[in-house]
Amino acid sequence: MSSRVLGRRGKKLDLRSAEELRAERRKGRTGQYLVLPGMIGLALFFALPVLVLLAMSLYTKPPGAEIGEFVPALQFSNYAVMLEAYWPVLLRSFWFALIATVLALLIGYPMAYLVAVRLRQHGLLKGILLVLLIAPFFSSFILRTQAWKQILSDEGFIAQTLKAVSLLPADGHLTATPIAVVAGLTYNFLPFMVLPIYANLDRLDTRLLEASGDLYANPVTTFTKVTLPLSASGVFAGTLLTFIPAAGDYINASLLGNNRNTTMIGQVIDSRFFRVIDYPGAAALSFVLMVSILILVIIYIRRFGTRELM
Amino acid sequence: MTRKQAVANQHRQLSLALTEARLSRRGVLSGAAGLALAGLLASCGTGGTGDTGSTGSGLSPAEDISATDKRLGWANWTLYLDYDDQAKNYPTLEKFMERSGIDVRYAEDIDSNDSYYGKIQGQLSAGQDIGQDLVTLTDWMSERLIRRGYVQELDHANIPNITNLLPELKDVRFDPGRRHSLTWQSGYTGLAWNKKAFPKGLRNVEDLWDPQLKGRITVLDEMRDTMPMLMLDQGVDIAGDWGQDEYAAALEVLERNISNGQIRQVKGNSYKQDFVTGDALAGIVYSGDITQLNFEEGDQWEFTLPERRGLIWSDNFLVPIGARHKANAEELMNFYYDPEVAAEVAAYVNYLCPVVGAQEAMEKIDPELVDDPLIFPDAEFLEKATTERELSVDEETDLQNQFQAVIGV
Repeated sequence: MSSRVLGRRGKKLDLRSAEELRAERRKGRTGQYLVLPGMIGLALFFALPVLVLLAMSLYTKPPGAEIGEFVPALQFSNYAVMLEAYWPVLLRSFWFALIATVLALLIGYPMAYLVAVRLRQHGLLKGILLVLLIAPFFSSFILRTQAWKQILSDEGFIAQTLKAVSLLPADGHLTATPIAVVAGLTYNFLPFMVLPIYANLDRLDTRLLEASGDLYANPVTTFTKVTLPLSASGVFAGTLLTFIPAAGDYINASLLGNNRNTTMIGQVIDSRFFRVIDYPGAAALSFVLMVSILILVIIYIRRFGTRELM
Repeated sequence: MTRKQAVANQHRQLSLALTEARLSRRGVLSGAAGLALAGLLASCGTGGTGDTGSTGSGLSPAEDISATDKRLGWANWTLYLDYDDQAKNYPTLEKFMERSGIDVRYAEDIDSNDSYYGKIQGQLSAGQDIGQDLVTLTDWMSERLIRRGYVQELDHANIPNITNLLPELKDVRFDPGRRHSLTWQSGYTGLAWNKKAFPKGLRNVEDLWDPQLKGRITVLDEMRDTMPMLMLDQGVDIAGDWGQDEYAAALEVLERNISNGQIRQVKGNSYKQDFVTGDALAGIVYSGDITQLNFEEGDQWEFTLPERRGLIWSDNFLVPIGARHKANAEELMNFYYDPEVAAEVAAYVNYLCPVVGAQEAMEKIDPELVDDPLIFPDAEFLEKATTERELSVDEETDLQNQFQAVIGV
């Protein structure tokens, strides 16, 4: 646009800037070429598989066909059948993910605040705490979840203590309950909440807090009017990074749950795919999961999204 | 099993847990994002669409290049071959490689019949090489593969030791005369309980519903194990003519005991961990698992076949249709049908040994195991176990769906 406007002006100006413009345009094209591998990757490894998934979700099993044999069709009823059977599981997955996200936020925000703001002057301590925050990633996700199984087991310290103080009935248990699954989700996704908030709070200008104090705001008001709004984009990123994977997770549900009251949608997709060998059903559920998450995220962004993310 | 072996076993289990973890993590990714899934779907969907259901798919076996290519790929279940933790290898397999000059790529790829079938079905139906020349699958899955024409015919001339096969395994329903398959190991599905916590023990499946065991029961998530066990408990002849009504009655028992919290978990092989942590005190389990647990964790559990009978099953060697090293595979089968080798394997895996003469050979390896009915059962013990009748494809799908609906996944 701008080049054309320039071009219509006097010849002298046009000639002088032509070289620059060409160079600039070339530069622009280089940028486009650099994006190309990424775009091809996206098309090949995301768009195409999603299309295959969509197509597969409409396949049908011809009468008398062997298990695992399906033919292309437009069997939209696959969706109806799966949704009818598994809508409670889908709702439960979102519900568990939501609770885990809120818990992770309540636990994670103070952690991030402590490291990013309170300990800003204490380099060593801050560094140690940061490492501790990331440390869980150094060991396997599965092993850590297995460890939780031990911690929450009937003979374990927590279950025994809860029974001793009558918070848990004598014949009650923790593993294979929603409590265990939500606890596992919260634990496993906590770093995804803390790190974005930390990154955000780390840039918080503490002079603003002093200014707030100077203007007679008490600490609570300072927090709600200054700190929280300024860290909103971190909170926003953290909640998304926690909620999305948590909703599709099945490791926590299958290691700490494996009970009809704890089944999550990821487990059902796995079971439809590998146990029942119902590829269309598995594909339909995956697609429903993907679309529902997308819709929820769009609503969330519309409602709470900060400007940078829009 | 000697102490050294027991320790080796323990290490083995740990490294196994790690492998499993990696695999499962990959599963999570594909399950959640549905991307890797889609890739698989593509291969599965376009695969077996040519013909439907009938016997013999018109596939022809791949050309055998064993004579010039001394290699072999073998896919097996976890903890299913003798392992030396010190040397980090499989002693009998090492011996075979040395003796035959065949380089064996051993992979513990099979975690469940269904999931493995899900992975290889697309290639099999197209007659392609699945990358393995030998797979080890359970009877009912072997039945499916043979019916579909997905496996190659064995040349018994290459397996002279096949004469050592237990007589009762020579003519199995799905493969009379053993032209397409050969038993690897057999085992039982039965009951086990924690001896200290539940001293009165179990005699039948219904004893699992004892109020004292509330919330402490685990049952297998394999429909092919749990449902026949429940039907047997109700007096159904599972090898005979049963149908929807009998199945529904057994399913109702399962439903009731899941709803009221008697059964805490329905899961696969990982139930072993729940036995160890004490979350599960009793359940429907596999025989070899309990023997191994007792070695590793101290003698805490007892396994039994119910008075109303338990299940006996076998895992079978099969050569996939696209495999190009059939003669090498046959040489390996022949090797493992040597009684001394078979005894060595049995001493480690603790499953029922299908090889005649292994019991005598066991005398030298571990005299204690010679009279173990779980490895070398007598006729009386074998009476306590049975197998269910063949299921048609549509019936199987229907029953599986009903089962999944009750267990909630």
